[in-house]
Amino acid sequence: MDKRLKRILPRVQKPARYTGGEYNQILKNRDEVDLRLAFCFPDTYEIGMSNLGLSILYHTMNSLPFVWCERVFAPWGDMYDEMKRAGIPLYALESGDPISEFDSVAFSIGYEMAYTTVLDMLDMAGIPLRTADRPELLPLIWAGGTAGVNAEPMAPFIDLFIIGEGEEVNNELLTLLHQAKRENWSKQDFLHRAAQIGGVYVPSLYEVTYREDGRIAAVTPGDGVPAKVTKRIISNLDAVPFPTSPIVPSTEVVHDRVSLELFRGCVRGCRFCQAGHVYRPIRAKKKETLVQQGIEALKNTGYQELTLLSLSTSDYRELPALCDGLLDYCEERSIGLSLPSLRADNFSMEIMQRLQKVRKSGLTFAVEGGSQRLRDSINKNVTEEDLLHTCSIAFAGGWNNVKLYYMLGLPTETDEDILGIAEMANQVLHCWRLNAKNKNRGVKITISTSCFIPKPHSPFQWEAQISLDEYRRRVNLLRNAITAKNVVYNWHDAETSLIEAVLSKGDRRVSDAIELVFRRGGRLDAWTDYFSFERWMQAFQDCGIDPAFYANREIPTDAVLPWDHIDVGVRKAHLLRERERAYRAELSPDCRKQCSACGAATLLTEGRCDG
Amino acid sequence: MDKLRLRFEKTGRAIYISHLDLMSTMQRAFARAGLELKYSEGFNPHPLISILLPLSVGTASVCELMDFRLREETDLAKLPERLTAVLPEGIRVLEAYPAKRKSAQLKWLDVTGLFEYDHGTPAVEELEAFYRRPEIVIEKKTKRGTGQTDICPAIAQIAFAAEKENIRVEARISAQEPTLNPDLLAGALRQLCPELAPDFAEFTRLETYDGDMNVYR
Repeated sequence: MDKRLKRILPRVQKPARYTGGEYNQILKNRDEVDLRLAFCFPDTYEIGMSNLGLSILYHTMNSLPFVWCERVFAPWGDMYDEMKRAGIPLYALESGDPISEFDSVAFSIGYEMAYTTVLDMLDMAGIPLRTADRPELLPLIWAGGTAGVNAEPMAPFIDLFIIGEGEEVNNELLTLLHQAKRENWSKQDFLHRAAQIGGVYVPSLYEVTYREDGRIAAVTPGDGVPAKVTKRIISNLDAVPFPTSPIVPSTEVVHDRVSLELFRGCVRGCRFCQAGHVYRPIRAKKKETLVQQGIEALKNTGYQELTLLSLSTSDYRELPALCDGLLDYCEERSIGLSLPSLRADNFSMEIMQRLQKVRKSGLTFAVEGGSQRLRDSINKNVTEEDLLHTCSIAFAGGWNNVKLYYMLGLPTETDEDILGIAEMANQVLHCWRLNAKNKNRGVKITISTSCFIPKPHSPFQWEAQISLDEYRRRVNLLRNAITAKNVVYNWHDAETSLIEAVLSKGDRRVSDAIELVFRRGGRLDAWTDYFSFERWMQAFQDCGIDPAFYANREIPTDAVLPWDHIDVGVRKAHLLRERERAYRAELSPDCRKQCSACGAATLLTEGRCDG
Repeated sequence: MDKLRLRFEKTGRAIYISHLDLMSTMQRAFARAGLELKYSEGFNPHPLISILLPLSVGTASVCELMDFRLREETDLAKLPERLTAVLPEGIRVLEAYPAKRKSAQLKWLDVTGLFEYDHGTPAVEELEAFYRRPEIVIEKKTKRGTGQTDICPAIAQIAFAAEKENIRVEARISAQEPTLNPDLLAGALRQLCPELAPDFAEFTRLETYDGDMNVYR
């Protein structure tokens, strides 16, 4: 270990997150691999090591014998200061080697607020931030993750983006890079060849021009470059490798357990939801595959908890049988099984009761809108009746902690809708009084609101976000309406939501502000400990960027969107149709009832959409 | 099975695993090795494992002791190999045996440390002279603020020797009642005699002893 590092580790909080050496880490001989890849997660170890995508891709990329893929996370503030003071550059956990020795750096960017941390990590590694300042092929800087569906704000920094699921395309890219390195290709040659791989987006090969009013005039692909980059998906999830020997952190992380992914995509089509649209089509894993992978992973990790992941767990067709299969193994070993992302409309008490044997936690429902009209408008197919019915079963079953999540500022929302949230809390409280098994234990109902953020590739992508003042007014309206003492109201601050809206809908011009925020000390912006609204607003101003242009302006439907050249499979016509239905408060049936022909199924190379 | 004891090493990168994290690391390692730990009974069952002397983060050890109970009879001779195979880098199980002696009988620890000096080492004699003082009263942070402690009674032996650009310290220090964190061997210098204090010190626990200075197992 680096002597300087040895001296600072005893002084920082939780040093085990900076050392590597965990069980199941992948070690290779640095002299026997041709490509060294630093796989960076632009957030802390605890967050990154809880990320299933990172775990999957770490293993698939390391399956290439010529690649050694190592993990890199962003240090927390105390470690950051110590590293800067001691002059220690960013290093990879497995080998401890500085990133400057690597051939390539890949970022997994799941959310926009991580953008400044991406720049920070490049800088800590001693790598120039802008693609234009890195004329050589190596190190190749690339990125993937959900933020890639609108990669424009990061376009000047990242050589290429992976759009969609990475299990196959990452390895295709690394194989090409391997050849390029061996044969000494120029960076330009490599980027042109890489752009031919499906799902690879090379921003520098697309020219963006602007109109006088600031809107985008056109996005023009270079010679021989595809006009649209189509998202990559894995058609058959049962056939793709899944890490059943994931790394077991030696220090506590956020999700310290085995995660099993039930399916990708979502049958629901909530109109505000980006994930529900960009992860389509729906592809489920067989329950036999899941039971086998779950048991294997439990054996290989020794974890005492297993969780089922998907956008909407209760929409997995074989959920009861899957739970039975897993519980047969878990129960006798005191292993807990947890099911997040349940819906209030098809919540199964039978399943909850079996799970409860192991552990009973609170119930959380994302209701999103305060009135039936608004819920219909956003296509959140949950009725008050569903919710109260579910709550009555839960209260009768001994639960006494219910959390309800809402958004404020959804398109078409009125004050009446907001007051409906308080009314619903009262209904739930009343329901508890009628059904509670043991009233002495009391009840806690928590209402949380966040500010709606219009997201690319969702039916609400053209919508405006409400202003900060308006959000605060709505929060106060709700605050004053909630009177019951068993009801707690938490609201997210809207300042982060405004910045997030600018970054998620931004174009390439926003990149200057991101860099300026970083230059002025911004990093780990997803943490309230570090986020500074003033720093962002000042940077926008200094770069001549009007945040309202991106966040608070309704975009005409005929405008060129910054992300129009990224094709996630769902057609724009479908999004427009859904948006129109929203204005008529018209529900769309879920994909299982009736296929809406959104277009995503055309991405499949085998099998059918499970919607 | 009755109470069993594990003797293990914690070195290399594993020295940064905290005491609490080590407990869950051990628990998971037993599960990976297919060994079922006995759980406590009651409302919130937890595995019956306890580490005799918590080790501070950053200190290595080749003599850690941990007590545990298993649900089924197991061949103890094979246990070290089975566990070491599923432990993180730096943790190696040396032996497993029935725990016969009470943990309170563990009294003394042999430690070795390296005092690193960036601008030249002091004379070994000066360090020895410091530790020959009749009393070495230092400020110690306790749960109730700071207190004054004389660390002399907690040091049975101490010796220094030059080693390349640094100084090697070997000491036998009190393990329990009072517990002396070996870091204080450098810390005392920092407080009372800064000109002799090293720029960095790292320690390794070497061996455990009882009150009669016999090896404790």
